Parts: sequence; structure tokens; C-alpha cells
Amino acid sequence: MRSYLSDRMGAALLMAPLLLFLVLAYAWPFLGVVKWSFTLPTPGLGQYEALLTDDLVQSVFIRTLRIAAVVTVVSVAAAYAITVVWVRGTPAQRLIAEFCILVPFWISVLTRAFGWVALLSNRGLINTWLQAIGFISEPLALVRNEFGVIVGMTHFLIPFAVFPLASAMRSLDDRVLLAARGLGSSRMRTFWTVFVPMTRSGIIGAAMIVFVFSLGFFVTPAILGGGRSVMIAELIYLRIFQSPDWGLGAAISVVLVLFVGALMALLFRYVRPKQLI
Amino acid sequence: MQQPGRAAEIKAIGIGKSFGSFRALDNLSLDIGRGEFLTLLGPSGSGKTTFLMILAGFVQPTEGKLFSDGVDITDRPAEQRAAGMVFQGYALFPHMSVEANIAFPLKVRKKPAADIKRRVGEMIERVGLKGHEKKLPAQLSGGQQQRVALARALVFEPGVLLLDEPFSALDKSLRGQMQAEMKRLHQETGTTFVFVTHDQSEALALSSRVAIFNHGKLLQVGAPDEVYDRPDNRFVAEFLGEINMLPLKGVKPAGNGSTGLCEDRAVSMGCKAELVRGDAILAIRPEYMSISGEAADGENGIAATATNSTYLGAATRLDLTTRQGAKVTVSVPNEVAAAALSKGNSVWLTWPAEKGFLLPHGGQ
Repeated sequence: MRSYLSDRMGAALLMAPLLLFLVLAYAWPFLGVVKWSFTLPTPGLGQYEALLTDDLVQSVFIRTLRIAAVVTVVSVAAAYAITVVWVRGTPAQRLIAEFCILVPFWISVLTRAFGWVALLSNRGLINTWLQAIGFISEPLALVRNEFGVIVGMTHFLIPFAVFPLASAMRSLDDRVLLAARGLGSSRMRTFWTVFVPMTRSGIIGAAMIVFVFSLGFFVTPAILGGGRSVMIAELIYLRIFQSPDWGLGAAISVVLVLFVGALMALLFRYVRPKQLI
Repeated sequence: MQQPGRAAEIKAIGIGKSFGSFRALDNLSLDIGRGEFLTLLGPSGSGKTTFLMILAGFVQPTEGKLFSDGVDITDRPAEQRAAGMVFQGYALFPHMSVEANIAFPLKVRKKPAADIKRRVGEMIERVGLKGHEKKLPAQLSGGQQQRVALARALVFEPGVLLLDEPFSALDKSLRGQMQAEMKRLHQETGTTFVFVTHDQSEALALSSRVAIFNHGKLLQVGAPDEVYDRPDNRFVAEFLGEINMLPLKGVKPAGNGSTGLCEDRAVSMGCKAELVRGDAILAIRPEYMSISGEAADGENGIAATATNSTYLGAATRLDLTTRQGAKVTVSVPNEVAAAALSKGNSVWLTWPAEKGFLLPHGGQ
């Protein structure tokens, strides 16, 4: 009993610096933001009322959810394919997959966003080549719209979806797959009826992580959206720093944090935190 | 592995398997008869599981051919062989109910829904899982999971059922129960069973024939009493149970059997000295040896001194040393052991001629 207590004390001591940092750097300032949302410009629930009536805020919310949903589906599907190779491929395939997963982590999000601009813009590589081979006569609109934002965000988020999927695939008992084959099931059928359902917790975890990350994306939509497909984080920025409307910006932030919090709570009902790494 | 409902006959010719420089199986030839219960027995790493995986089609042999009912299936993928298979740890589909697990092989074969329902129902009844149809594997006990695995492997009436150490995770009493159940299923279905185990008593109790493996080689195949009483070599003799080994000199054929000198006393053996001449090892199972005050003329016997006893309840295990220093263990009635120990000095160890067998001197 004593050692149990002292273990708990030890764990609490080890976590204390991080907790203190989180309280001072996030929780405390966030309480200030909550206060603003109720007091600026005048005390009351006016800002939350505006959220429900303001067309711009609502369209940005809907766009953010839509983009996040598309990015989630595409990222998880792509990550699933890469992870299958990474976890179950030949040693050479594994090495290549690992390279593809890890390298993006070493390049800043800003660099990657500009990289996509260079590829996708009207005079970018893709349009120039397609025009050069005569496939198109006018450049395709690949950036400064939702398409560009989705491409950039998907590229950024795929590696984050890989880890929960890999964890699920690694814990899977190979003999179950052999059993399915031995009972007469083809490789394809075994993949869809046994392998995929058995990695369900990994798929849920990956989807939740990507979706939650997508909701708060700022740099990528700001650069690849070119001010046309504004997402919620950029809107908060605009309300705070450009049109000084701190109360509304604060209210949007509070709603976003509550929404993300609710999603995380839902996530941890299905998946243990350990399964996400 | 051909038509459903008909036991398969399998022929393996010169099967070998190398994993890199490791030789897992070497030049194995074996006929498995229609409807027989064959056990592959050996220590871990002996090649028995590799051979089972080759039969299932999960492992491709490096050389050799495999025939099922006369058809070459060496290159046929596992899903087209469709041998029923029960894995160590059962390998049930964790996301499917008991019912769905058992229905899986039938669904894969695109059987009509009504047919699937009927056959799954029958199978559930047969293995005694009624009332558990909707449960997930994680909600079942080890024995129940074992039954699901058996039902799933038998429901599509495969020509052969392959079992990879299916009882290793069960406790002793449940093991006995499942062994009896498996014997019953074998009789009811008439299917060919190939069963892998490292437990020699399980092998002897269940099978119609036992194949003993060591270091990737098939050492001996035969009925349980055949391999137990007349092992071909030292490894088989020792692996199947406790055995006493006495040095023999001057072994030569005599009538239907053979004779030799054991510690300067003439002894006779029921087996022929075909492969062994001169110096040899006489091997006798402990339960075939008895203790008496004096060996009669012409009776097999040597003098020994009891050194230690272990009380086992029904009998006593007695350790003895012969005059020339060989160690012998026998299992005798408790009062015989007490008498032998109280004497302090010499007793006679005797055995029937047909229970002793010859092994080559020194080597395996």
C-alpha cells in the first residue's frame, strides 16, 4: 500500500512540470478568452447570439467541417495503404514506406504549403506540364480554393493517421488471417472481411486524430486557400487581429474548443490512448 | 481436400524445406490414409509444425511433391486446398459472433443462406455450443473457443482436418475432455485428422498412427503400441516415455529372437538382431521390469541394489544401480519397494523377453 502511494506520488511529481506549464500557458489564458466572449464589446450573450445568426461565421463553420471530413476520409484511406506496406511489406518495402512516413515530419508546415503552391499554381509545375503536353489549354484552378487546401492538409496529416493504424495492425494475430485463407477465403476477401474489421479501433483513432487536427488548421488553409476558402482558425485570427472584434473571435474559439473536447471524449470511449501511438 | 464429405488420402514424397541456411524439414515421405488419425509428434523445432503448414498450403516446400487423392497439390494455394485447420490459440475472428465464425467457410463458398443456417445450427449442436450463438469469442471460455474452432474447421466437410497443438492452452482436466470430444468428432465425421503435438501421452492416446520428428527428420511412423514397444532408435525410445538402457555384449540371432550377455548373464530378446550385432543397448520400459528375490534359470534378470524410492501413491518409483554401475528405474507396487529397500543389498530385476528391444550401441 505504501509503495503504491509513493508510486503515485512519484508519477504526480514527474507530471507536475508539464501540468504546470499547460495550466499557465493554456488553461489560464483560455479562461481569459472565455471571459472576453461574455464581456466584449458589451457584457452578455450577444456574441453567441451573433454566432447563430452571422452568415459568414456559419458558412466558415460548415466549410471547415466539410474540408475536415474530406481530408479525414482521404488521409485515412491513403494512410491505410501506406501502413499495410509499412507493417506487412517486405523489408525493402518497409524501408521505403518508413521513409515516406518520416520525412514529412522533418519539413516545416510552411515549407510544405509553399511547395504545394509551387506545384499547383497556374504557372506551377503541374499546369505547365499538362499544357506542354497539350492535355489542357487553360491552367486548372488547383490552388486558392478548397481543392488546394484539401491537398495540402491531407499531405500534412497522413503521417499522423499512420501511427494508430500501425498499432492496430501490429497487434493483429497473423494466424487469424491464415485461418481465413485456410477456410477458403481469397486474399481480397480476407482483407475486407477480416483484416479491415480487425483494425477498426485503429481506423477510428486515425480518423478522430485527423479530424480534430483539421478543425484547427491555420497555416495550410491560409496559404493554399489564398483567402478564399477561409477555415475557422483563420476566421478567429481575422476577427482578433484585423477587424477588432475580440468578443466574436473569442466566442468562436470557445465553441471550437468545446466541440473538439466533445470529440475527444467520444474518441476515448472507443479507443485507449495507448492505441494511438 | 477434394470433394466435401469425403476423407482425403495424402501422399508426401521427398518433402524438404529450408529457411535460409536452416533445414526445417529433410526428405520427408509419408502416406496419410483415408480417415486415419495421424499425430505428428516431436520437440519444438523438430519440423512437425512446418510439415503441417505445408499440408495446409501456408508454407511452400523447397523440394518434394504433395498429392491429395492422387492429384498434385504442391503448388495449390491454401484457399483452394481448403483443409480444415485448428490453430494453436484458435485464431477465431474476434469481430464475429460464434455463429458468424462457423458460417464463414460456408459463406466464402457462396452456399445458399438456408443451407448455411441449417449446417451452422447442426454444427453448434454437435459441439455443444447451443445458447452461445450470438456471443463474441472474447466472451467464451478457452474450452468453448476450442469448440468454435473445431466447428468452424469441420462445418464445410473438409477432406482433412489439420490441428496445430490445439490443447496447449487448456488446463489438464479440460484437455482430457476435449481429447475425448475430438476422438468422437473423428469417428462421427470419418475425416482424415492430422494432429500436431509435443505431448507424447496425448499422441499415444488419440491417434491411429504416430509420426515422430526430430531435427527436421521423420524418424518413425507406426501405431502407438508399435512405436512405444518397438522404437527404431534411441530418440524415439526416450521421447515416448521413460526407458532403462543396459549395455549388451555379443548380440546374435537365436531362433525368432536374439540373445546376448548383460552383465555376464545370458539374456534373450523377442526381437531379431537384424541391424544390431555385437555390442548393443538393451532398452526396457520401467513398467515391464519387476523385482524378485532370485531370477529363475533361463529367465532374464540382473542383480541390482535399490538406492532411492519415490512414493507415487498407486505405486513406488524405485531407483537401482546394477553391479556394473548402470542406473535403472522401475515402477513397482508399494510393498515390493519397501521390501527391496529394507533388504539393503541385492535384489533381482527381471523382465519378459518380448519387452526388451535392441538399440545400436552409443549412437542415436
